[in-house]
Amino acid sequence: MNTEIMGIALMFIVTLVLAIPLGRYIGKVYSGHATWLDFILNPVDKMLFKISGVKPEKEMNWKEHLVALLTINLIWFLLSMLILMTQGSLPLNPDGNPSMTADLAFNTSISFISNTNLQHYSGESGVSYLGQLVLMLFQFISAAAGMAICAAVFVAMKEKVTEKIGNFYNFFIKSLTRILLPISLIVAILLLFSGTPMTFKGKDQFISVQGDTVNVSRGPVAAMVAIKQLGTNGGGFFGANSSHPLENPNYFTNIIENVLILLIPIAMIFALGYMINKKRFAWMVFSVMLIGFLLFLIPSVYFELKGNSSIANMGITQSMGSMEGKEVRFGSAASAYWGITTTVTSNGSVNAMHDSFTPLTGMFAMLGMMVNAFFGGVGVGFLNFYIFIIIAVFISGLMVGRTPEFMGKKIEAKEMKIAAIIALLHPFLILVGTALASHLFSHNPTAYASWLNNPGNHGFSEMLYEYTSSSANNGSGFEGLGDNTAWWNISCGIVMLLARFLPIIGPVAIAGILAQKKHTPETAGTLKTDTGTFGIMVLAVIFIIAALSFFPALSLGPISEYFSQHA
Amino acid sequence: MSKKSNKLFESSLIKEAIKHSFIKLNPKTMFRNPVMFTVEIGTAVMLGVCIWIYLGEKNQGSLLYNLIVTFVLFITLLFANFAEAIAEARGKAQANSLRKTRQDTPAKWIQPVGEIFVNEIKIVPSSQLQKGDIFLCEAGDTIPMDGEIISGIATIDESAITGESAPVIRESGGDKSSVTGGTKVLSDSIKVKVTTNPGESFLDKMIALVEGASRQKTPNEIALTILLAGFTLVFIIVCVTLKPFGDYANTPITISAFISLFVCLIPTTIGGLLSAIGIAGMDRALRANVITKSGKAVETAGDLDTLLLDKTGTITIGNRKATHFYPANDIDEKAFIESCVLSSLADETPEGKSIVELANLNKNSFQIDGAQFIEFTAQTRSSGIDLPSGKRVRKGAYDSIRNIVLKAGNEFPNETAEQVKKISSNGGTPLVVSENEKVLGVIELQDIIKPGIQERFERLRKMGVKTVMVTGDNPLTAKFIAEKAGVDDFIAEAKPEDKMNYIRQEQKGGKLVAMMGDGTNDAPALAQADVGVAMNSGTQAAKEAGNMVDLDNDPTKLIEIVEIGKQLLMTRGTLTTFSIANDVAKYFAIVPALFIAALPGLQSLNVMHLHSPESAILSAVVFNAIIIPMLIPLALKGVAYKPIGASALLRRNLLIYGLGGVIVPFIGIKLIDLVASIWF
Repeated sequence: MNTEIMGIALMFIVTLVLAIPLGRYIGKVYSGHATWLDFILNPVDKMLFKISGVKPEKEMNWKEHLVALLTINLIWFLLSMLILMTQGSLPLNPDGNPSMTADLAFNTSISFISNTNLQHYSGESGVSYLGQLVLMLFQFISAAAGMAICAAVFVAMKEKVTEKIGNFYNFFIKSLTRILLPISLIVAILLLFSGTPMTFKGKDQFISVQGDTVNVSRGPVAAMVAIKQLGTNGGGFFGANSSHPLENPNYFTNIIENVLILLIPIAMIFALGYMINKKRFAWMVFSVMLIGFLLFLIPSVYFELKGNSSIANMGITQSMGSMEGKEVRFGSAASAYWGITTTVTSNGSVNAMHDSFTPLTGMFAMLGMMVNAFFGGVGVGFLNFYIFIIIAVFISGLMVGRTPEFMGKKIEAKEMKIAAIIALLHPFLILVGTALASHLFSHNPTAYASWLNNPGNHGFSEMLYEYTSSSANNGSGFEGLGDNTAWWNISCGIVMLLARFLPIIGPVAIAGILAQKKHTPETAGTLKTDTGTFGIMVLAVIFIIAALSFFPALSLGPISEYFSQHA
Repeated sequence: MSKKSNKLFESSLIKEAIKHSFIKLNPKTMFRNPVMFTVEIGTAVMLGVCIWIYLGEKNQGSLLYNLIVTFVLFITLLFANFAEAIAEARGKAQANSLRKTRQDTPAKWIQPVGEIFVNEIKIVPSSQLQKGDIFLCEAGDTIPMDGEIISGIATIDESAITGESAPVIRESGGDKSSVTGGTKVLSDSIKVKVTTNPGESFLDKMIALVEGASRQKTPNEIALTILLAGFTLVFIIVCVTLKPFGDYANTPITISAFISLFVCLIPTTIGGLLSAIGIAGMDRALRANVITKSGKAVETAGDLDTLLLDKTGTITIGNRKATHFYPANDIDEKAFIESCVLSSLADETPEGKSIVELANLNKNSFQIDGAQFIEFTAQTRSSGIDLPSGKRVRKGAYDSIRNIVLKAGNEFPNETAEQVKKISSNGGTPLVVSENEKVLGVIELQDIIKPGIQERFERLRKMGVKTVMVTGDNPLTAKFIAEKAGVDDFIAEAKPEDKMNYIRQEQKGGKLVAMMGDGTNDAPALAQADVGVAMNSGTQAAKEAGNMVDLDNDPTKLIEIVEIGKQLLMTRGTLTTFSIANDVAKYFAIVPALFIAALPGLQSLNVMHLHSPESAILSAVVFNAIIIPMLIPLALKGVAYKPIGASALLRRNLLIYGLGGVIVPFIGIKLIDLVASIWF
């Protein structure tokens, strides 16, 4: 078998082998059950609770959860704006990088609190070390916030009637101290030994063979890379992200970093199975996500390995596949694998340039973000999936002749209203954003000429990708778009903000309302949600709602591009 | 119902439905259905486009083509309205045929004079009777209004309502005191108090429910409408944003193409059929002779978890029957049987008759001239006969006969006592027979379980419905019958409040409970149950308390009601799935057609090889329109329910309506395109 394909198979198997026990561990952490790290971390947590005045045993209802989440996010947003706009004159700035403009700081702050990590700047020249540290802090807390609110939904899904669904701060702090920090620490050390820098000294210099002086940016990279991969953040230390040799030095670090992309998103599903004690249901969710993931992955790997047909038409053999925009140390299969894993989850780190993928791989990367629920971001991925489950339960519940119920709770007009709005939001933000940009561009091509590096279909894909990435809170870019302008900074900022918090509020509200409803015990006539048939139903709902809404847009972008290459 | 029309469409109904399809075009009415309302807006816009082209606009395609698209959209609207109208017309026709029986029959109104009623009778048309009025009905009269018997007893022919030809007895005071307008008194005379004002009977309410005005959307219908509105909004976004996308790609897209794409993508199929499905559910209930007081009740019936069923009449055939004669040790069997028959000759109870039947002796061979019959009383708990010869035969419950025997100083034989115990533990009722205070033997009475009832309970179990038998029997007998009939649970020695408690307890566990009842003392439980079915023969209180009325007074009706409810929900679910699955093919028909000029590469997406952009778009809208009338029969009849377990049912329906919904439009659109390609 092709060693490149064996490489990606290995990465997935390693991910799964680690994710299943990790999921059990996460489930224990959120359930408050004993784990082997208790003896060190119990005192740490106790101290943190004492300092912050949090009473972890005081449970909250769903509204209190959302208030807690939104308030702390607002505070972080203000803090981030302040630091990014004044970083030039603050300490820890050995390279003398300037402060950000207001629109860029707005975009960057929202980008990091929303777990998107869309970067309209380059890390080497755009932020100081203090700025990087603040952004790194947000990579921890945005991931932990997503996981904490997801844990609240897990508690709400238990088969009982309750108003209280755990304590947000308790889940939040435990996500940090017991899940994100320990794993990041181990990974950062592994990266450190593989050559990733970790220093507060400024640029290094060396004299090249030609005799030129070369400045090399460095900084506290290893720590940031660990959490950006683990927390589906994706915001790299350097502009080139994980294709940069200091962020991702070799195939071994590439394996570690790529495993981390999927690790917690998959583990969260098994944590759900543990917490609500429905292992079969967790496997159903996992299988649906896996099938969706493979549907995007397999053709992408195929197209990248096959190479670019336009180059082939020139009579050039491409034994390594399509290598434009890729790193030779990873190869085309591992780059395609990363490209799909980073887009189905809302990670957004890259180890190759997505702009240079063959057209259909670019489309599958976009589809991964358009669905945004095949594994998805830490915590929030499941919340997106939850909406699709609710819609699937509603339709298939009717099909078996009962008014729909999920986990013994009836789904009625109120829940349907919320689910419909949330399902609508993602296509709305992406299509309306792209439509506005297309409108501006096509009516004034000279004024906005700097936006697009490529004309025609590919230029359209660049704009579509940017809004898709923003709305999916992904953060990767179809680079080639001149995106550090007020239009892109502000419009993408608004999209990220809405696309982060509304899809959290919706599922939490549904789960919270359902948790308070009376519980109907299961009978032979009840729709079972842990079966393959129901899984197919969910998959069909996802494809028809999430994928087909984008069919006309995609046919103008990557699909046209593909057919024009293969005409 | 004497004549039930099973034909789906009758020409008179169709005519009325067509008329209403146009009346329903009123935007105010259409607004209730957001999906079809957007189609109406689209049609209006297209009409504007046609006028624009007529006035000289050149870039929107030919006038003929635009007129055809406008026409197809208009037809789509009419089809959707027709679906609703035909369902309403059928329901109304059904209800009217019930109502017709009672219109303008002369009523013998008893005029009140002052505070008291005197028997002064005035003949008035039934429509003038008001609630509280009293009328008289004698043999041969048709009962003019629904009411409650306040005095008298009568045999009544209810075949006009129930289709059952055997007359029934109705009398004042008991639980069988209700009479229905349109039925006929066969013998005796009764005084009846009118219980409803004209136009307020259950049938009137039902007709109002079927007609648009007072029809409330059920909670599930509202939730589904929200989901469909959500889909509609998504596709509005998809279509509106296509305009700047087209500008960017330098592809002008005509307005007709936008509107066609939009109308094809939004779930018009289910949107057009949704209210028809709901009305058809109530209509199917009415065809089963059940009047529903709300659409929600039918919906809830599909969700029922627990059914409370009265033993008598539902599980067992009416009454107990004699099955065995067991003579005491030294008694001749033939003599014993003769005595049994003697004691039962005057016994008009079904039990007594069954003894005579079982003995199979010639009744006339018995000399009973001058005999005195002893009637059953609650005190003696025995009945019998005293012959002129001095022979005294008694039959009755074990302890009452035992008392008689012991009082006379005789012994109660042990083997008979044993036999009595044995019969009891087998679920039977022992009747001990004595002659001149000496025990002759014991008759065994048994409940006869209705044939086929076990299979029905099995079917219910597969649906996930728990059956509970309610009986006045002692727990031992109840258990025996429960096991034999295959019910899941039973309430023995049931008092009305036991039913209530059981319902409450089940509901506390989150279950939905249905029960059937007729008596006034059933009323609280009927009200408490999620679905309470009152028998039409029951008291007014019971009928008010329940949310359905069964005209046939058939206790097994509950089982049918559950299936009607499930059918209703399933029809909604499957047609929604079908409608949404259709979108796949429609995308593949229209999207390549939109961009064909600027992006010829997209021709590869034209997997159906449709002839031209115009024919492709036209085929898609035409398919979208004609699928609605094609599915009307399914919407009205409902998707067949098969109790094969939820997962298997989902698999089956997903395969038929999901996969079918993906494949059928590919074929349909291609076929229409073959025809359309002749002109476009």
